[in-house]
Amino acid sequence: MIRIALLASVFALAACQSQSDPDLDQTGTLPDLPEQNDTLLPAMEIPTPAGWDGDLPTVPEGFTITAIAEDLKIPRQMLLLPNGDILVAEGSGGNAPAVRPKDVIAGLIKSRGKSSVEGGDRITLLRDQDGDGQTDLQTTFIDGLDAPYGLAFVDGALYVANQDNLVSFQYTEGATSIEGPGTELTKLPAVINHHWTKAMTASPDGSMLYVGIGSNSNIGERGMDVEEDRAVVWEIDRETGASRIFASGLRNPTALSFNPWTEQLWAVVNERDELGPQLVPDYLTSVREDAFYGWPYSYFGQNVDPRIRPQRPDLVAQAIVPDYALGSHVAALGLDFTSEGGLGGPFAEGAFVGQHGSWNRSDPSGYKVVFVPFRNGRPSGEPIDVATGFLKDGHARGRPVGVLFDEQRRALLIADDVSNTVWRISRQGGPTVLEEQ
Amino acid sequence: MDQTLPHSRSFSSPLHAVLLAFPVALYPAALVSDITYLNTAVIQWSNFSSWLIAGADLFAGIVLTWAVLSLFFGRATHMRRRGIAYHVVVAVMFVAGVTNAFQHARDGWHSVGTLGLALSVLCTVLALIAAFIAYGDANIRGGRT
Repeated sequence: MIRIALLASVFALAACQSQSDPDLDQTGTLPDLPEQNDTLLPAMEIPTPAGWDGDLPTVPEGFTITAIAEDLKIPRQMLLLPNGDILVAEGSGGNAPAVRPKDVIAGLIKSRGKSSVEGGDRITLLRDQDGDGQTDLQTTFIDGLDAPYGLAFVDGALYVANQDNLVSFQYTEGATSIEGPGTELTKLPAVINHHWTKAMTASPDGSMLYVGIGSNSNIGERGMDVEEDRAVVWEIDRETGASRIFASGLRNPTALSFNPWTEQLWAVVNERDELGPQLVPDYLTSVREDAFYGWPYSYFGQNVDPRIRPQRPDLVAQAIVPDYALGSHVAALGLDFTSEGGLGGPFAEGAFVGQHGSWNRSDPSGYKVVFVPFRNGRPSGEPIDVATGFLKDGHARGRPVGVLFDEQRRALLIADDVSNTVWRISRQGGPTVLEEQ
Repeated sequence: MDQTLPHSRSFSSPLHAVLLAFPVALYPAALVSDITYLNTAVIQWSNFSSWLIAGADLFAGIVLTWAVLSLFFGRATHMRRRGIAYHVVVAVMFVAGVTNAFQHARDGWHSVGTLGLALSVLCTVLALIAAFIAYGDANIRGGRT
């Protein structure tokens, strides 16, 4: 009798999970935002890893996809060097202690969706010597790093954002390895590191580096004391290492890139969880200087989050509405803009966005790479799928992280931290086909 | 042999008393730290409540298992009204406690709220009632045997 009562209560809990409404449009400049639904047991669906077994991600008609690097150790973000070599940052960071029983349980559940490979704490170099799109050399470029993520190349120097500091390395053209540990430009906020990734990009003139620093909690549940210098983008002087907060209220800015048409800083940002399967949409936005984007007090402008006390109506009033919603819980982790006609056709002008995929909804979202078309430097339409098929039969064969548009070879690279692969998408027949179009 | 004695023996086991002591101590402690959280919004009080409730739930589960097992081992037919009430109180306390653990797993201000406070009050009251049912007439019984 008691067991039946227990079972019944579990089902009652499960029934509290609201289902997604497929009619809601959660992408674009004006996403539909449903009522908040902070259920007793958050909706969870963790697709566990599975192999590709010779299969490949699905790409649009006229494109081809190949793996150009395998057996990596948790590849995250990538960088193209002037000589065409590709760098891949590999690692897993974070050292947030479990402060509640929930943290222990949620950690175990979420880890089921991850690769069992240990993070490499290194940067791997990929070289295509003969330009056939295949990697001829895959070698460790820099070793002994600490969960490297953001990468930038300015004026002969390579900048690497570890989870706790920003280091630079002098680069010689054609080098296939660099001895560590590099020169520290500045420490980065690293206490707890609930969101540990330090995304990075350089300003077009090379004078400044921008680093995305994620929040230390979902919604302030570790207290606001640990949120100092979190959920912000730092601007760092490349010469002196002096830093300041460039913009704030960005819960987890996981990839930064300069919009080549407006020369403005843009970011993809992961929004908060546990308000329901369709809240809050992750977004792509221009990052305005000294602007506040809402976290933790509100989202998409003035939608107040009641889970944070004391509330701050003064900050809510200032909160900026982000430019473009990508969908709830898609976990956008990669961002790169096209240039020089991109991949052609519908992929000529816009931004590629890698979506790692959801846990906090029963109908998984993300697990793909999309293209957001731009016109006149602004988003101009619905996202278009570029790479899909990462989910199959409830398992994740891969999870996209960083994306990199390779302008020289007209290819899109995708880092995948479940199959530990770098994928390369290009036009069938190569760039010449593109030029004839 | 008095037919009620086996049941009384179950209650009078010192081990049972120790197990029931945890919900009796921890649920009221969680209630106090819930109230403190609601008064201060200092998140650590909610964290304390989470652990106190988790500990109370663990031992409430053991106490409940003990009670259920005693049903299967010949006590049921001899159960008096007091025994039935005890089973119901412990079962409701456990279910409310587990629900409260989920409630406290929500983030930030939502970790307590009206529901969390109400469940903490309910668990506190039920833990005390369970103790009174189990040991309320211990002196009388002790004097008789």
